[in-house]
Amino acid sequence: MIINHPLLGPRDSSEFVYLGDARLLNRPDWQADNALEQFIDYGHTRENPAGLHRELWYHEQGDRSWLVVTRNTVTHEITQVELARDVARTGGRSK
Amino acid sequence: MSLQNRLDGGLIDRSETWSFRFDNKYYKGHKGDTLASALLANGVRLMGRSFKYHRPRGPMTTGSEEPNAIVELREGARKEPNTRATTIELYDGLRANSQNRWPSLNFDAMAVNDLLSNFFAAGFYYKTFMWPAAFWEKVYEPIIRRAAGLGSLSLQDDPDGYDKGFLHCDLLIIGGGPAGLAAALTAGESGARVVLCDEDFLVGGRLNLETYEVGGMAGAAWAAETVARLQALPNVRVMPRTTVIGAFDHGIYGAVERVSDHLAVPEDGKPRQILWRITSKRALLCAGAIERPIVFENNDRPGIMQASALRAYANRWATTPAQQVAIFTNNDDGHRTAYDLVAKGVKVVSVIDTRTDAPTSSEYDVIAGGVIDQTWGRLGLSQIEVKMPKGGTRRIKCGALGVSGGWNPNVHLTCHQGGRPTWNNALAAFVPSGTLPPGMTVAGAANGIFSTHGALQSGADGAKAILADLAIKASAPALPEAEDTPVKITPFWHVKTAKRAWVDQQNDVTAKDIKLAHQENYVSVEHLKRYTTLGMATDQGKTSNTAGLAIMAEVAGKAIPEVGTTMFRPPYTPTAMGVYAGRAWGMEMRPTRLTPSHKWAEEQGAVFTEAGLWLRAQWYPKPGETHWRQSCDREVIQTRKSVGICDVTSLGKIDVQGADAAAFLNTVYCNGFAKLPVGKVRYGLMLREDGIVMDDGTAARLAENHFVVTTTTAKAVEVYRHLEFVRQCLCPDKDVHLISTTDAWAQFSVAGPNSRKLLEKIVDDGVNLSNEAFPFMACAEITICGGLRARLFRISFSGELAYEIAVPTRYGDALVRRLMQAGAEFDVVPYGLEALNVMRIEKGHVTGNELNGTTTALNLGMGRMVSKAKDSIGSTLSERPGLNEPDALKLVGLRPVNKDHMVPAGAHLMSKGTKVDAVHGQGYVTSACYSPNLGCHIALGFLKSGDTRIGETIRLVSPLMGVDHEVEVVSPNFFDPEGERLRA
Repeated sequence: MIINHPLLGPRDSSEFVYLGDARLLNRPDWQADNALEQFIDYGHTRENPAGLHRELWYHEQGDRSWLVVTRNTVTHEITQVELARDVARTGGRSK
Repeated sequence: MSLQNRLDGGLIDRSETWSFRFDNKYYKGHKGDTLASALLANGVRLMGRSFKYHRPRGPMTTGSEEPNAIVELREGARKEPNTRATTIELYDGLRANSQNRWPSLNFDAMAVNDLLSNFFAAGFYYKTFMWPAAFWEKVYEPIIRRAAGLGSLSLQDDPDGYDKGFLHCDLLIIGGGPAGLAAALTAGESGARVVLCDEDFLVGGRLNLETYEVGGMAGAAWAAETVARLQALPNVRVMPRTTVIGAFDHGIYGAVERVSDHLAVPEDGKPRQILWRITSKRALLCAGAIERPIVFENNDRPGIMQASALRAYANRWATTPAQQVAIFTNNDDGHRTAYDLVAKGVKVVSVIDTRTDAPTSSEYDVIAGGVIDQTWGRLGLSQIEVKMPKGGTRRIKCGALGVSGGWNPNVHLTCHQGGRPTWNNALAAFVPSGTLPPGMTVAGAANGIFSTHGALQSGADGAKAILADLAIKASAPALPEAEDTPVKITPFWHVKTAKRAWVDQQNDVTAKDIKLAHQENYVSVEHLKRYTTLGMATDQGKTSNTAGLAIMAEVAGKAIPEVGTTMFRPPYTPTAMGVYAGRAWGMEMRPTRLTPSHKWAEEQGAVFTEAGLWLRAQWYPKPGETHWRQSCDREVIQTRKSVGICDVTSLGKIDVQGADAAAFLNTVYCNGFAKLPVGKVRYGLMLREDGIVMDDGTAARLAENHFVVTTTTAKAVEVYRHLEFVRQCLCPDKDVHLISTTDAWAQFSVAGPNSRKLLEKIVDDGVNLSNEAFPFMACAEITICGGLRARLFRISFSGELAYEIAVPTRYGDALVRRLMQAGAEFDVVPYGLEALNVMRIEKGHVTGNELNGTTTALNLGMGRMVSKAKDSIGSTLSERPGLNEPDALKLVGLRPVNKDHMVPAGAHLMSKGTKVDAVHGQGYVTSACYSPNLGCHIALGFLKSGDTRIGETIRLVSPLMGVDHEVEVVSPNFFDPEGERLRA
């Protein structure tokens, strides 16, 4: 597969390490009332879509960016590649 | 030289005559021959035995789709089983042996299977070898293994090299027949970057096999001229002997180039094969078509082959399996073979055409509306019987029979991304569907366009469409004139018989097997395939699948498209495992990393061991030491007595800088780091988000905003990746930056009571190493040896007064030599991983054995380190009830009650008086060693509620090693439990 890195352009997928579902960006608040339940859900519950899937890839043999890649799990078509840091900020994460 | 079945002409080079051996006989052939063509020229039709019934078989094709003529090529370590004689290029001295026969190809004892064929129908193995279950391993499997299979492996290491290569292009053209050549010319002369792959050693596809003229010259001559024209273009790469084996995601194709397979041994320094990874913007599949057989009784005798193969052998290789041949066809193309053979002087005794409206000829006899219902000839065809259209039969003597059931577009690669071909009624064949791999288009016969003119035109048009798509201006060359014969076919699949008619000749599947499978309710085509093994042999059913589907459709009373097709998967042809590995095998499997002291350690005669990618010194034998334990014990004792040195460079080092560096470490470590003073080091435990320990290490605060974090050797990469995840994904606005400095610093542990005195000899003036100025867990940036910058950490894995000293990597070798020199007066010893391990077990320090991906801080006795006052990775989920059971495993020390007993790692812990089974397991041993300081074996392990069981005697059991004895539960800190030595 070829991943179109937002900073470096098209790169071969062998340069990357795959992590999984991009919902790992949505880490719960440790002080919430039901923090334990939320963390269990965060750690273990996954959708398994036949279709578009947002997932985390790490450019380990490159610039060490974490990316959010939107990939169709049926066709492997990649429709969007974003820096995970930007996605995290958009999602309200800061320090 | 005259060979009995060598004809005139052809594309072989008669100026080169080569000798080769098949089984025990020597033969002659020419440059340009394949093993199959050369054997045929020598009058040899029988080349193999079939898989199940050991039926005599000869070549059916001229290409990689060959099901029958498969042999063991070469001998000794280079022996390659299951190699198709039809694609083996002849070379001088070639040796090949037939396979799957005993004692000889002509007389095969296992052919008795053929007489017992009633017992071996589809599902035989499933139905027969079912019970008793105990028979499976000892009785059935050995029988099946001996009876089945084709060639045998050499069981020796492959002496040849393989390589990998990477290519990028605008357009990959797969197949160098008329469509591929026209496409390459069009795209190449327009300036596009083109790669043209062809599996044959002579590019040209069927142009080399036919007598049609192209542009007023022989097709083969036009192909040769065009290849030369393409090779002159700098933007075109023509790759003969290169099979595209798979269409992968995003325009990436795999191709195997057989660099040296046409030679006895590869040239010096050349690989045998190269696996190319071709990244293409677009691909044009011009893979041609494969002629399919008609199924009839005893249709597998040597001499019966594709009609197109018969004429290819005559036209290109100037040979024929016999001087008298017949043709059996359902379409006009079968007649083409008859014309060509007559022109070559071969006697065509009859053309049997299933169509009542078959064309007639003045050159040969045509039986319109006839079918073949029987053949004779034990080791090769001698006679056929034709069922005449008006009743009755006629016997015809012939040594070869060309069969044409029509042509199948070669759609294999179009299916690699999940596409399925669609049925075309006019062609009576499957053609590529609209769901092709993205970026792929199809031209020529592969797309159902069978005439030469059509192929040239569709190749050129295909290239033009791609150029337009890529915004490259096309400068199309004029196309040569060529034949444009329409396809005329009336589908005819099989001649009905109560006896055996072969559909898949490589796996010995008959029409009857397919009917039986249907009767037994295997109605899905994928089930049929697996039950009968149709299409599952090394040829993947390239010649047999369509006939199998047609017969299945007939017995099911369905149309062929309703039955559907099975899936084609990569690789297109059988591919050597070696080429997938390339150079990555043995010690080249992964990179090998050497520590900065490696050269010096080699000089000392160190024994090395692999630790992740690193080679680390395991022990340093002294003269007279014959067992590793002698060296290890000496290193431990001398370090604890005076001073020892160990290279610890392989431990991961991560530089953490920024205004939020301390806050960041507070997030990734479960214990607190915010208040760590500058100049101090702290032990840190890192959890995974699920509460399991990921790694441990130290963090040294060199400045307010500057830390150096260490990791274990094994987890260095994973921890760094994790820290980047936390930094970028969870706290994107923290002012913190990371870089791995593992390779930048050489680091040595200097341990033992004299370590301070030793270091004082090399640090520069003004560096105060006294216990007051530089106490336990201090760190500093200093200079040594007259100005060399260094980092000094007073940390101890051994439990001794100890330091770790780091210098830029390029000074690592010099530093170890200087330390050894300066330490001579203290009898300094270098110590290896074994001694390091003994000392850390004596101290109860954990390592990868204990941080094994199942253990928590609580298990390690560090439960209270997980701060509840802050958020850190893993802190919340470490509170899961399941990880906090009252009888949770706890780290303990173990000591044998009988001092002579050893304690093996991996052994299980049991309470006294209970049954030895998993249910009663109380824990297990993680690390064990002989402690020269305690004079007995000791171990670390996890024991249920272990922290409350100190002093208890329990059982240590290893049924595998025959160990069962008593051990005492003790504190994991065996040596100097008060820690007086390391604070000295």
